[in-house]
Amino acid sequence: MYTLDNVSKTYKQKQRTVTALRDVTLTIPSGQLVAIQGPTGGGKSTLLQMLGALDRPSSGTISLGDAELSHLPDGKLGRIRATEIGFVFQGFNLIPTLTAQENVETALEPLGIPAAERRQRATAALESVGLGDRAGHVPTELSGGQQQRVAIARALVKEPDVLLADEPTGNLDEQTRDEIMDLLEGLWRDRGLTLVIVTHDSAVAKRAERRLHITGGVVTERG
Amino acid sequence: MFFTYLRRELAGRRRQTAIIAIGMALAIALVMIVNAVSTGVRDAQASVLESVYGVGTDLTVSQDATPPAEGERPDGGRFEFGADDGRTADGSTQLAQSRLTAGMGQSTFDASALDTVQDIDGVAAASATLSLTNVTFSGEMPDFSAAQGTDGAPTAEGGTTGAPPAGGADGAGGSAFDVDSFTVLGLDPAAESVGPLSAVELADGRGLELGDAGQHVAVLDADYATSADLAVGDTIDIAGTSFEIVGTVTSTASDGQSAANVFIPLDVAQSLSGLDGQVTDIYVQAASSDVIPSVQADLEAALPDQTVNTQSDLASTVSGSLGTASTLISNLGLWLSVAVLAAAFLIAILFTIQGVTRRTREFGTLKAIGWSNRRVVGQVAGESLVQGLIGGAAGLVVGLVGIAVVNAIAPTLGSTTATTPQAAGPAGFAGGGFAGGPGAAQAATATEVTLNAPITVEVVAIAIGLAILGGLIAGAIGGWRAARLRPAEALRSVA
Ligand SMILES: Nc1ncnc2c1ncn2[C@@H]1O[C@H](COP(=O)(O)OP(=O)(O)OP(=O)(O)O)[C@@H](O)[C@H]1O
Ligand SMILES: [Mg+2]
Repeated sequence: MYTLDNVSKTYKQKQRTVTALRDVTLTIPSGQLVAIQGPTGGGKSTLLQMLGALDRPSSGTISLGDAELSHLPDGKLGRIRATEIGFVFQGFNLIPTLTAQENVETALEPLGIPAAERRQRATAALESVGLGDRAGHVPTELSGGQQQRVAIARALVKEPDVLLADEPTGNLDEQTRDEIMDLLEGLWRDRGLTLVIVTHDSAVAKRAERRLHITGGVVTERG
Repeated sequence: MFFTYLRRELAGRRRQTAIIAIGMALAIALVMIVNAVSTGVRDAQASVLESVYGVGTDLTVSQDATPPAEGERPDGGRFEFGADDGRTADGSTQLAQSRLTAGMGQSTFDASALDTVQDIDGVAAASATLSLTNVTFSGEMPDFSAAQGTDGAPTAEGGTTGAPPAGGADGAGGSAFDVDSFTVLGLDPAAESVGPLSAVELADGRGLELGDAGQHVAVLDADYATSADLAVGDTIDIAGTSFEIVGTVTSTASDGQSAANVFIPLDVAQSLSGLDGQVTDIYVQAASSDVIPSVQADLEAALPDQTVNTQSDLASTVSGSLGTASTLISNLGLWLSVAVLAAAFLIAILFTIQGVTRRTREFGTLKAIGWSNRRVVGQVAGESLVQGLIGGAAGLVVGLVGIAVVNAIAPTLGSTTATTPQAAGPAGFAGGGFAGGPGAAQAATATEVTLNAPITVEVVAIAIGLAILGGLIAGAIGGWRAARLRPAEALRSVA
């Protein structure tokens, strides 16, 4: 469960200060599927960075379970990312020189899992996203949808509590978008994940239990 | 994971890997070749010096020849023949005389200097030698009294009257003179550990021994013995005295030259040359190489009239193409290697930085999924190190091939060692007056040395060391860049 209390984030650029998040107070219960919508530059990615322990807020507090993300040192945040949080990105962000299998294994690297178990879990994760037969392919040999499936397998192989996705279907055609959403929704349902999806796409947002809208750094609830 | 990732990166980014590795390889090969050649040149210099000064000589003490003062007649030794010397029945004159004088360009000094040297702290061994030249003058002259009706006593006198150079014993008034000279080195038979005889090995017979002091025995340079048609058991005439040849020696120096043609006991050399208690050189071995400077200073203080030279001073006396090669290698070669090496390192650093910049999102993603900073930096540094090592391995191969090519060409370098007692070949020339005044000519010896660039552990260590150094520098700078990347970079729009 996420608890955000008066979270603000400002970026200082030369003379002017950009307020990307303005006094955001909200809770996200464990196991909820939340969609975040809003215009470009509204602060969606910034909010996701806060939830993902990638950055600390300028003011306010944010906690994930017992962990105070706003005040932990970098090393501890990295540890939380490694164990509890999975990411899926719009650009897939696979390592171009590594195979699908190896890309999935990178998520287990910081956990110090022995090579044999790592390999076996990565294979299982690829099978769960329907890519068991593509383990040896490098990203350029895979379609966009397949690459995003590899990215989802990488995010889930460590069995996190939270899955954060920034425009996961933004680079995909409609049919593939629906396939990926079906996959994410299925995994969310099966594993009891907290799933937060940033999206421009209303079709994607409609599937969520809860929809948040963010404009100018201000978050509002939507139906 | 580390090695899988490393392998995939290097294989997946071949162009970058190749450019960095080729740059490093060329630089490392160049450094290796320059290093090997300069070692070769140094070896060649050392062997030229070794043949002259012997093995293990750290310092030498000698006295510069003082040029004769104005108006003073150079006492170069002269041959004086009495009016009736060597007159034969047919009226022509057969003359032969042999003189032993101090070597050209050499001044003698009192042998007590040896005691002074031995008393100095840090001197492990010292021995004194007397470098001499034996000149045998022999010739035949017609009966001038018959031809000219006067009773002229012909004299062959230093530098003033020269006999006609041509002619020969043609019985028509011509004269023929042979001047045969060889170098003689008087040395202490007891002190073989330091001095010119330390760089020789016995070819035949025996060397000079303790009991040889005062004996008329000689050891010959094997090459000289061959050219003079002499062997162990024969006798050789030195200053009119007959010496028994007890042994022959060959130089162990690579140019194969010994310090002199003939080696005899010091005391005998002194008495025959009339230079009792006099020596020309003292060879000094220091207790260790780091005391050489202090020993040199002490020697200079104790022997103000003499010149003290260290091996490095002596190295600078080696001139000729060997000297040129030495200068070229130590200047141009050094700077060229430094420049190429700097360029290669710079290329490696720039490409690594560029690579890290290009992979901003990749490293951001890895950090976002929980990779520690240290792990990411280690990956970048590991890649650079391996690129450096690939370059190092390639450079090692290219360098070894380059050194092999140098050795296959085996360039010969001429060297001239100035002011050294050196073996002069038997000189035979007809007639001609000569005045070998001390200081009139500096003895200079030309030697041909084949350059051999050795492949040493040092050369290989340099290649590996530079490869690691280059890899580490590039890796450290690339890693530093990677460390500064924020994990939030992973969310940067794809743009
Ligand atoms: N690192 C940064 N430095 C400076 N300003 C930033 C930085 N990251 C975001 N911003 C600014 O903060 C605001 C919110 O950005 P954010 O990326 O959260 O928007 P977004 O809603 O994700 O937009 P999009 O739909 O285009 O992805 C923008 O005005 C952006 O310019
Ligand atoms: Mg965004």
